[in-house]
Amino acid sequence: MTAVTRDIAVVAFAQSDVLRSTAEQSEVEMLMPVLHDVLDRTGLKTGDIGFTCSGSCDYLAGRAFSFTLALDGVGAWPPISESHVEMDGAWALYEAWTKLLSGDADTALVYSYGKSSPGSVRDVLTRQLDPYYVAPLWPDSVALAALQAQALIDAGDTDEPALAGIGARSRATDNTRAQLRGSVPQGDYVVRPLRTGDCPPVGDGAAAVILAAGERARELCSRPAWIRGIDHRIEAHGLGVRDLTDSPSTRLAAEKAGAFERPLDTAELHAPFSSQEVVLCKALGLDGNVRVNPSGGALAANPMMAAGLIRIGEAASRIHRGESDRALAHATSGPCLQQNLVAVLEGDPR
Amino acid sequence: MPEVLKAPLVVEFPFTRSLGPVQSAFLTGLRERVVLGVRTRDGRTLVPPVEYDPVTAEEIRDLVEVAPTGTVTTWAWNHEPRRGQPLSSPFAWVLVRLDGADTALLHVLDAPGPDAVRTGMRVRVRWAEDRVGAITDIACFEPYDGDPAQPTGHSGEFEAPVTGIVAPARLDYTYSPGRAQTAYINALADRRAVGERCPSCRKVYVPPRGACPTCGVATSEQVEVGPAGTVTTFCIVNIKAKNLDIEVPYVYAHIALDGADLALHGRIGGIPYDQVRMGLRVEPVWTEGGRYPDHYRPTGEPDADYEIYKELL
Repeated sequence: MTAVTRDIAVVAFAQSDVLRSTAEQSEVEMLMPVLHDVLDRTGLKTGDIGFTCSGSCDYLAGRAFSFTLALDGVGAWPPISESHVEMDGAWALYEAWTKLLSGDADTALVYSYGKSSPGSVRDVLTRQLDPYYVAPLWPDSVALAALQAQALIDAGDTDEPALAGIGARSRATDNTRAQLRGSVPQGDYVVRPLRTGDCPPVGDGAAAVILAAGERARELCSRPAWIRGIDHRIEAHGLGVRDLTDSPSTRLAAEKAGAFERPLDTAELHAPFSSQEVVLCKALGLDGNVRVNPSGGALAANPMMAAGLIRIGEAASRIHRGESDRALAHATSGPCLQQNLVAVLEGDPR
Repeated sequence: MPEVLKAPLVVEFPFTRSLGPVQSAFLTGLRERVVLGVRTRDGRTLVPPVEYDPVTAEEIRDLVEVAPTGTVTTWAWNHEPRRGQPLSSPFAWVLVRLDGADTALLHVLDAPGPDAVRTGMRVRVRWAEDRVGAITDIACFEPYDGDPAQPTGHSGEFEAPVTGIVAPARLDYTYSPGRAQTAYINALADRRAVGERCPSCRKVYVPPRGACPTCGVATSEQVEVGPAGTVTTFCIVNIKAKNLDIEVPYVYAHIALDGADLALHGRIGGIPYDQVRMGLRVEPVWTEGGRYPDHYRPTGEPDADYEIYKELL
């Protein structure tokens, strides 16, 4: 990675409760309290923000250009400097980070939201697949993750009880925003070998982060979560070309982000399926000294398009609160961990 | 709060996609019951074949036939087939490495149950009866305990190759408009237009979307506006819309309802199209059972002064 010429930090994070349905709210009605919350944490107003970037996907709720309606919640007049990615908000954060790095802005608002409840997310996600050879078969997201899980079991990397343990540990979180907490039955097979407990709950939610550069970050936050490195990598789209038991793109992104330079104490991994946490821990070489997903991760709450940004926000919050000094945050996109983003966050020495 | 409004929403679209030379040969081959791969420069055979090497990104065109038999590299049992999936009775999703290939193809396996499936098992292609040049020309895979089938060394050249596919897609949603728009739609059912006022800038938005786009705050104070309003700007439509039983030309206008700070749009009727003008005063015309005004017609009042509506164009 090119030398980072400016220190940039996550200075605030806010998120909504993640709920199975938010039918009584439009997207902007769901998002707006989160935007107000994150701005309140810094005392900033929309007009103070140098750059705004969001992530969402119109297919989830079947609403074309919903991201332009969501912008109503920001208060975008007089016209603001703004951008959008049709991806998880973690990638919007990446864009905002590059904007701050360029010196064009000192602060950025990053938000993302997803309403999966109006549709069937398992089927919606088939539309992101290779349209020639794969999408016509309508392989849903659980089916593809199950193929990956079976490959892991065949390779001796895990077994069904171990996978169940990952779900149980994730949902033992004290995160009050999570959709599922506490003891949840592991349930029947959804697509074998994955059971209900191995799959993420389907829910609606939103999240927002504020980034700031240099001294501005110190003014806005008593212990900024400095982004020491951030990188994202993608693998071949053909599932049968990849080794599904490994994630070389995650490892490479982590290496480029500097994750392996010094020990980590916390990792927030975006693993929507229990088996994917196995892949990520293996790819990142995480051992028992790293606390994985204290927030509960995606197995406790997985609002599409926001769950990756939430990983960064949760890791940053732990640094803000002094519960972590050096944390890794990961976000994923696509089937079977196709694309991966890794950020390394640090707090100032205490 | 009244009950949340809900309505089914179907998004349906046929994607017409053209094929590159390698994809065309592969899908045409399936139509002719021939499975083709593509060879990379380092000697690997990719099935399904792609146009560019996934590692080096170089263009690859060296087609090679592989066998319709192969080995399962991983699988997942689907006891509840979903719409669009290749089989309607329970089946296994499989990645299959065909004999002669170095990569695996995603498809489904017709097997009696999960106990009959394992990684490493041998399978063969079951061809669809009607084949058109699509991945679904492979109906599915089926268990197979014979020797690897021998490819015939097909060149990959076919008569009448397919050059494109039409991929239909359908997604079903249950649409909910949210709090503000629910209130608006419910009021419309009583033939009232009810907007919402921004607590900060005091503007009244009709229809309301729950937020003031200028201030970024929630609107909640409900304000009844209209029923009459002023044409702030308009256009003359000369194109007949599909499924719309309206004679052209007709006028489509921005109408600022009295008391609203945002113009909504609607059709203007009851006046020749070439007599519609900015400032024209109009009122809604409802039809029996209509959920919203069918159109707006002149009230006969004098035209509004431009100064009054110039911010609402």
